[in-house]
Amino acid sequence: MSDIYISRGKFPEIIGQLMARYRVYAPVLKGEYHEFAKIEKTEEADLGYQNTRLSPKGLFHPHAERMFEYSLVKDDPQAGILKEAPKDFSPRVVLGIRPCDAKAFQLDDVNFDTTAYQDPWWVRRRQTTTLIGLACNEPCGTCFCTSLGTGPFDTAGLDVLLVDTGEGYTAQVLTQKGKDVVGITSGWESVSRTVSEKMEGLRKSAEDSLGRQFDFDPIKQKDMLELFNASFWDEVQFACINCGTCTFLCPTCWCFDIQDEVWGDKGDRIRLWDSCMFPLFTFHGSGHNPRSQKLQRVRQRFMHKLKYYPDKYHNGAACVGCGRCVKFCPVNIDIREVVRRMSATCVCPA
Amino acid sequence: MNNPYLPYPVRIDSVVTETEDRNLKTFKLVFLNPEDEQKFKYNPGQFAELSIAGLGEIPIGIATSPTEKGFIKFTVNKVGKVTNHLHNMKEGDIMGVRGPLGNWYPWDALEGKNVVIIGGGFAFTTLRSSIVYMLDPANRSRFGDITVVYGARSPGLLLYKDELAAWEQRKDINMHITVDGTDDPNWKYNVGFVPAVTKQKAPSAENSYAIICGPPIMIKFTLPVLTELGFPPERIISSLEMRMKCGIGICGRCNIGSEYVCKDGPVFTLEQLSKLPNEY
Ligand SMILES: Cc1cc2nc3c(=O)[nH]c(=O)nc-3n(C[C@H](O)[C@H](O)[C@H](O)COP(=O)(O)OP(=O)(O)OC[C@H]3O[C@@H](n4cnc5c(N)ncnc54)[C@H](O)[C@@H]3O)c2cc1C
Ligand code: SF4
Ligand code: SF4
Ligand code: FES
Repeated sequence: MSDIYISRGKFPEIIGQLMARYRVYAPVLKGEYHEFAKIEKTEEADLGYQNTRLSPKGLFHPHAERMFEYSLVKDDPQAGILKEAPKDFSPRVVLGIRPCDAKAFQLDDVNFDTTAYQDPWWVRRRQTTTLIGLACNEPCGTCFCTSLGTGPFDTAGLDVLLVDTGEGYTAQVLTQKGKDVVGITSGWESVSRTVSEKMEGLRKSAEDSLGRQFDFDPIKQKDMLELFNASFWDEVQFACINCGTCTFLCPTCWCFDIQDEVWGDKGDRIRLWDSCMFPLFTFHGSGHNPRSQKLQRVRQRFMHKLKYYPDKYHNGAACVGCGRCVKFCPVNIDIREVVRRMSATCVCPA
Repeated sequence: MNNPYLPYPVRIDSVVTETEDRNLKTFKLVFLNPEDEQKFKYNPGQFAELSIAGLGEIPIGIATSPTEKGFIKFTVNKVGKVTNHLHNMKEGDIMGVRGPLGNWYPWDALEGKNVVIIGGGFAFTTLRSSIVYMLDPANRSRFGDITVVYGARSPGLLLYKDELAAWEQRKDINMHITVDGTDDPNWKYNVGFVPAVTKQKAPSAENSYAIICGPPIMIKFTLPVLTELGFPPERIISSLEMRMKCGIGICGRCNIGSEYVCKDGPVFTLEQLSKLPNEY
């Protein structure tokens, strides 16, 4: 299917047509920041955004999710037996997601959808969701997607890629799912030569603005223990206050906790985002804690993304360069700086 | 889609207090649905998540052997929230089991080999499973000599005392039970720490594997003894513990370097561990 085009004025009609058939999630301005939310009116979708502060990982892996529910009524023969909590898996469209965030879901798939075990909620939501992405014409100063194999116009994780060409949007349909969704909409035209040239120009200037900010490949060749024992972790961790902002915002930080909550004679088993930045994360019942020191926890976060994950899955780094952790870290810890240290040729052991 | 987080419902069939300090109890569990028991096919060395509605889940080594049918057993030390509650549960109560989880002792590689089992304290659960499995008439001929060194602080803290006594009587297993100290004049077995007793009994490393589980301090002092006896790191096997939640390599909690202890472990050889960060 060749690219198609729609003028800005007609685009709300497309959103309306999608809303008639799907649950539509889009960037919505809430306070100072945008976040992905289900829209009830076409004008709620704000595609003029740069990116959300919180990554859209919650669309597939909610911040708090009820897994099971159960009765605790004394004489109930079903008391204490866990039942699946009902959930809405009806078809969904996520509109306007950035290519980096869509790529992040693919990196997360490797964790949630394995040959041995499939996380049923993640997998179902992935299956029933169509991702209509929006290319990044103006990446921010903290972005470095092109240094990690993705980019502002990357189609890898998407079903459809939209490009905002000023007077309208072009759409590149990438998958069968994308075709099905675009198939129910109408009003598209073919892409004119001027629009097509404009799109190419936007792509080039976006990619050029990012440049190559480091070379990740040397890290793959390095020995895990050599990096683990490197002396620079002491400097990297120095200012960190272990607030967990970085892991909370990151699209490729998926770690979660499982807790039971009781409400009278009913209970839920729920899962909640957790963070390797917190000491309790690894705290044994016996009192022993293998990562009791801040240095160990900071090192874990970077080593997981940049060494353990690549070594385990041969799928590149578990980072898409969205820059959220760089932008919102209260003490300016910059993962790009850590990559440079980890990939430097002389890593002197402590 | 099969939901790997959903526990099988089970009923507590019996509860036995194992130790004189009453901190360890063995729970015998029976599946409510026979088809769940069919699905719960395990190997010695694996663990399961014990689930209590309203409290949570805990990873516990499976103490029974797959050769024992109709039930599974877990021996649980009382430490925190879930384990304390479990200790107050009774025969007939309903709870859940999720698993089997993790890898197991390398039974294929152990075939035709002598097996030296070294255990300390309450980390004897999956070792019990392994001993029962190897002593089963259908399996005994698959293994060479079986030697067991098992120690606790005092006689009252040993697990599975009746079985230990029965194994002592057998000719096809060399038992070396030991305690750190005792004032019991009738104590028939060894007195001394596990590393020292291992050194003294000196099981041959020839054609042998060692499986070692116990408190970190015991492991730390026993490993050099095994090395001295000639066990190479790829034939020393241990089972690790990390705080866990999902037990299936997804929640991200229990890694040591690139490996998840719940899924890629808990069983590792010393050789594998030497390539991973020492963060456990
Ligand atoms: C593979 C494996 C096998 C084990 N086998 C046994 C056994 O056979 N017998 C036995 O008594 N204990 C065993 N343990 C340790 C046991 O899991 C913990 O003692 C138990 O989880 C503590 O739970 P709690 O709720 O009482 O403690 P709390 O301190 O209240 O812990 C809260 C929660 O944190 C997690 N957690 C805390 N400590 C640990 C820990 N050490 N390991 C894993 N998760 C933890 C659990 O989800 C627990 O419910 C094993 C641990 C692992 C990893
Ligand atoms: S956001 Fe910065 S200070 Fe906070 S935990 Fe992450 S690295 Fe540390
Ligand atoms: S580590 Fe930072 S830059 Fe990389 S994906 Fe996560 S939030 Fe984005
Ligand atoms: S317990 Fe969840 S990854 Fe191991």
